[in-house]
Amino acid sequence: MHPILSQTRRLGLYLLAWVPLAGLLLYLLTGGGRLGAGEAALFSIIVSGVYAFMCLSAWYSCRATPIDTSSFARLLSTHMLAAMFLSLMWLLLALAFAFALSFVPTFHGLNERVKQVTALLWTMGILLYLLSVGLHYVLLAVEASRMAEQRESAARVLARDAELRALKAQINPHFIFNSLHSISALTTLDAGRARDMCISLSEFLRMTLGMGEKAAIPLSEELSLLHKYLAVEKIRFGARLEMREDVQPETLGCIVPPLLLQPLIENAVSHGISHLPEGGWIRLDVKEKSDSVHIEVENTYDPDSPPRRKNGMGLRIVQQRIEARFGAQAGFAVSKDANLFRVTMDFPAERTSQA
Amino acid sequence: MNTVSGRTIRAIIVDDEELARRVLHELIAAHLDMEIVAECANGFEAVKAVTELKPDLLFLDIQMPKLDGFEVLELVGSDLCIVFCTAYDQYALRAFEVHAVDYLLKPFGAERFEAALTRARQRMGEQKRMPPDLATQARTPGQFSDRIVLRDGSDVHIIPITKLDYAEAQDDYVALASEGKKRLKQQTISSLEQSLDPTRFLRVHRSYILNIERLKKLEPYGKDNHVAILTDGTRLPVSRSGYTRLRSLLDAKP
Repeated sequence: MHPILSQTRRLGLYLLAWVPLAGLLLYLLTGGGRLGAGEAALFSIIVSGVYAFMCLSAWYSCRATPIDTSSFARLLSTHMLAAMFLSLMWLLLALAFAFALSFVPTFHGLNERVKQVTALLWTMGILLYLLSVGLHYVLLAVEASRMAEQRESAARVLARDAELRALKAQINPHFIFNSLHSISALTTLDAGRARDMCISLSEFLRMTLGMGEKAAIPLSEELSLLHKYLAVEKIRFGARLEMREDVQPETLGCIVPPLLLQPLIENAVSHGISHLPEGGWIRLDVKEKSDSVHIEVENTYDPDSPPRRKNGMGLRIVQQRIEARFGAQAGFAVSKDANLFRVTMDFPAERTSQA
Repeated sequence: MNTVSGRTIRAIIVDDEELARRVLHELIAAHLDMEIVAECANGFEAVKAVTELKPDLLFLDIQMPKLDGFEVLELVGSDLCIVFCTAYDQYALRAFEVHAVDYLLKPFGAERFEAALTRARQRMGEQKRMPPDLATQARTPGQFSDRIVLRDGSDVHIIPITKLDYAEAQDDYVALASEGKKRLKQQTISSLEQSLDPTRFLRVHRSYILNIERLKKLEPYGKDNHVAILTDGTRLPVSRSGYTRLRSLLDAKP
């Protein structure tokens, strides 16, 4: 869609801008007494009006030669040729118009008088066309930036959506139901531990729900959520679950999207530990190397375990989230050895101002 | 307490979480006519216990180490009552397809447990046997097995389908050839055929299913029959209709 023709308001403003240009033409035509004031006024209004519309065609050549990707020589030759051609067309129309008018007694001999100013008209036509080219480039730039803004806000909405969906998916209902089942077993076996488990589970749920409102949290907060989660799982799995944690203290202030680690550990529990009758271990390593955080989660698993039903959904969400947060600087990899499953992540070390 | 059959109900509990087993233990202990003959923490233990102890009632978790609940049932379940106990509700339909007595969603309490027990007693009174092939038929349409489980006495073997070379019908059994060995499973060849991905396994003969990847070449045999020669040199007969199916499958593949 043409940016000026498609909007009445813009077209009005554009035509208004042509009024002083028509005035300039009138001034030039009457200068030196070449044309009479009356005939010059009528002539310049009509031909300016026609040329105003002809100059709108600059949009097509502007769009075909984008200013930031075309060479200077190409820009110059394209627009100069177009200007010369269009101006010539305009001149011919003006002459035809003058010829037609000269049959009216009042304007007798107008065609002869206009012929004397052909050079002036042609030069002016070229200049006006080039002015229009400039205007169209400005309009294209405005349009492009508006589109970019729209795209960006759409992307923001999408990212937010994905984030919310991710958070919802993180609260695994089976984890909650299984934990509640364990609590119900403990109520008669060991009321004190039942209460402890209720508290750990509630703290975990409260922290998880609270994190939905934050875009990023310090790693220390993510780790404390993780510990609440593990406190619950340790009661369910008992000695079968062994956690090995090695976190460099200087990484604790680094910023991470909330619920980045917890799903990885939950994945290690539900696809690793829970399929090992004798139990297994999960190792969490967090290091800082040359301004980037390196996280490794490794766990034992049974390669012959029954096929997993929800194939790596949790892992994919984590990957999407660090990529959304850190872009191309984020690294995410999954690898398997004989009975070890490993997820590694890298992303830039960023800290809050308070940290 | 009365029992329908006037005898003790012998039960086995299968759950990988100790606390979950304790819940069932406590609920069963309230019944004088019930006896817990075994508690198992994984699928292998469950298969072994069920084959050796022949219980009346099995409380079975679904997501477990080694074998999942349905695989356990496929291996042992033709004449015992099953009550599934799980936190997952998405398997309920499949559970009823394999004629489970009930499906208890964790967490459950005494009331729900008693209802399941009542149904189990009724079922025991009916003495209705489940057809042996039923367990294998309960499969989500469009989803094919990744592995085949089979039982040899109380030992369990797992054959990943990528390692299955071919299957041969032998009366009520199928012989599964994998890694140079043949193992028998009580299953009809048609029901095995249905559980396998038809783009990877093909019924080339009334008695044979072939893993397409193992096919080395086809040779004419007799008047209008063919013989398939496998990568390990095994020769399998190919029927006329099997040959047509095989050709169209091979032609469809790039």
